[in-house]
Amino acid sequence: MSTTSPPQAAIRPSGETAANPGVISGGARLALYRLLVALRYTEKRAYDLFLQNLIKGTSHLALGQEAVAAGFGLAMEQGDYTFCTYRGHHHTLARGAPMRGVLGELMGRQCGLLGGKGGSMHLTSVEHGVMGSYAIVGGHLPIAVGAAWSAQYRGTRQVAVAFFGDGTTNIGAFHESLNLAATWKLPVVFVCENNLYMEYTPIHMVTPVDNPAADRASAYGLPSIIVDGNDADAVYLVALAALKRAREGGGPSLIECKTYRHSGHSRADPAKYRPPGELEAWMERDPVPMYRQRLLGLGIAEQEIAAIEREELSNVDRATEEAKASPPPELKSAFTDVWADGSAGWRN
Amino acid sequence: MAELSYRDAVAAGIAQEMARDDRVVFLGEDIAGAGGVFKATVGLLDRFGPLRVRDTPISELAILGAAMGAAMTGLRPIAEIMFSDFLACCWDYVANEISKTRYMTNGQVNIPLVIRTANGAGSRFGAQHSQSVENWAMAIPGIKVVAPSTPADVKGLLAAAVRDPDPVLFFEHKSLYSMKGEVPDGEHFEPLGTAKILRRGDDITIVALAAMVPRALQAAEILQAQHGISASVIDLRSLVPLDTKTVLAEVSRTGRLFTVEENPRLCGWGAEISSIVTEECFYDLDQPVVRITTPHIPLPAADALEDAVVPSVPRIVEEIMRAADFRADSRSGGARGL
Repeated sequence: MSTTSPPQAAIRPSGETAANPGVISGGARLALYRLLVALRYTEKRAYDLFLQNLIKGTSHLALGQEAVAAGFGLAMEQGDYTFCTYRGHHHTLARGAPMRGVLGELMGRQCGLLGGKGGSMHLTSVEHGVMGSYAIVGGHLPIAVGAAWSAQYRGTRQVAVAFFGDGTTNIGAFHESLNLAATWKLPVVFVCENNLYMEYTPIHMVTPVDNPAADRASAYGLPSIIVDGNDADAVYLVALAALKRAREGGGPSLIECKTYRHSGHSRADPAKYRPPGELEAWMERDPVPMYRQRLLGLGIAEQEIAAIEREELSNVDRATEEAKASPPPELKSAFTDVWADGSAGWRN
Repeated sequence: MAELSYRDAVAAGIAQEMARDDRVVFLGEDIAGAGGVFKATVGLLDRFGPLRVRDTPISELAILGAAMGAAMTGLRPIAEIMFSDFLACCWDYVANEISKTRYMTNGQVNIPLVIRTANGAGSRFGAQHSQSVENWAMAIPGIKVVAPSTPADVKGLLAAAVRDPDPVLFFEHKSLYSMKGEVPDGEHFEPLGTAKILRRGDDITIVALAAMVPRALQAAEILQAQHGISASVIDLRSLVPLDTKTVLAEVSRTGRLFTVEENPRLCGWGAEISSIVTEECFYDLDQPVVRITTPHIPLPAADALEDAVVPSVPRIVEEIMRAADFRADSRSGGARGL
């Protein structure tokens, strides 16, 4: 399998795997575009703030992978659970968590989603259904299974969705999670964002199958689902179908989204291992301009599109200023919330 | 009061909490149909049904991860890890996920769950099925660590663990499962973080945990009968939270501290007790603190070898006699130099 060009041939036509593809409404398309733009602008802003040394530590940008987050973000219902990885800014925002809280957390400010105690790799906003970002590869998949088990037990029709990278498909937690979820028929959707690289290493060099997630599905009695992860419409339709199946008691789904990471693995990685031309080929299929073109093709006015872009840019600008203005956390907060009573005590 | 075995007290404790609160669910390997490999969970499936008492595949990551996800979303799971040695297979959940997520999320989630596990030596199972690993857990901020020594405490502390809003690692001792003891009738609850003084003496304080508690008590009887040494024996019961008040008060009164630990020597829980005592009541000490532990070796399987390395009653007596310098200033005046 070549990793140097977008694997269009491997991708089924959009929506083929959706049980009921229907027609995506104009409102939904505008909502998808708004999400794409908001995620893109926020992530780019995070990069800029790094260059200004306003964000310390590390960060794993999802530039290029926004369509997965937007498609699922729009398809998921209030109350559904999102579990994401350390590359989780886009999924957190896609559920409605505020830009200010995300950027503030990256900057280590009081206004951060986690008050500065979690950082870039652990974004969480329970009130928006974002049950955490997990920085141990694969660590969150069993946790999402547990949330799905809880939803099944409580009879709430909630669905848990776990997003993860291609590298995760080779860790034990992935297989234990799929096995248990399929055996217990749990309402959980496993979403692999295959961006071709596990950290610095091409996934095909360390995996014996072409499609690291989808080709493993049959081992757990699940259908193999591959979707163009740069096409927000395609992701949205597949997401709707998988969520419906989960809500109706049909059990888990495993979806492999083919996508591409525009930047390196983390802040420290210039991604020099990429073959020449690969990034350029994928930039041709950048999910944000690609979707813009689609909207224009569907007859949506340029002004309407530009207004969305203007509004989201202004939202990011405002969030940035608010985060910059927010003070660093109070030092005493380092000693709170180890335990449910708010304390950090371990002795009397 | 009814006489129950330690293993029956486990089932009784779980049943008490499941009957009280339908958010309590129980999962693990062989725990439902088989009633547990140590038969500590017999009858729970019949009483509470397969939706609440669930057999899992051999998937320790999935067991603890699922328990965590369920705990974050409104349930109060009890997860069994069959042997405490297997915690190493799912240590990510203990060390990274369950213990840290509340803190990292600035208190956005609570993780009220209990991990029950069979700990300790005595079954001649060798180095991967006999370890005492409570000191591993104690080293992690964010998880409570409990290890009962009697059937009554099993039931009472299990109740407290299930009702606690924080995660609790609950170490049951394999060699105690057949021990019998009186357990209060009706609802029984023992607060976490409270040590128990089981025997009062004036010359020395022995602090012990789990299977070392009955041994420390026997050693104390021998010390009294044969050497005139009067020992206090404290059952620590909980490592986190740690009841330092009880320990410090007894050590200040007796002037001598011995810990009896089944964990291997380095960084055993007694090292922390010793450190706290040395820092906080040094001038009340009449002699250095002495730790009686399993040596720093993997546990051997043969009965002769296993018995030789885990602290035994004769060894506890011998080490105390060897280490103690009972001069005329001994506080009770009853014991004399060796």
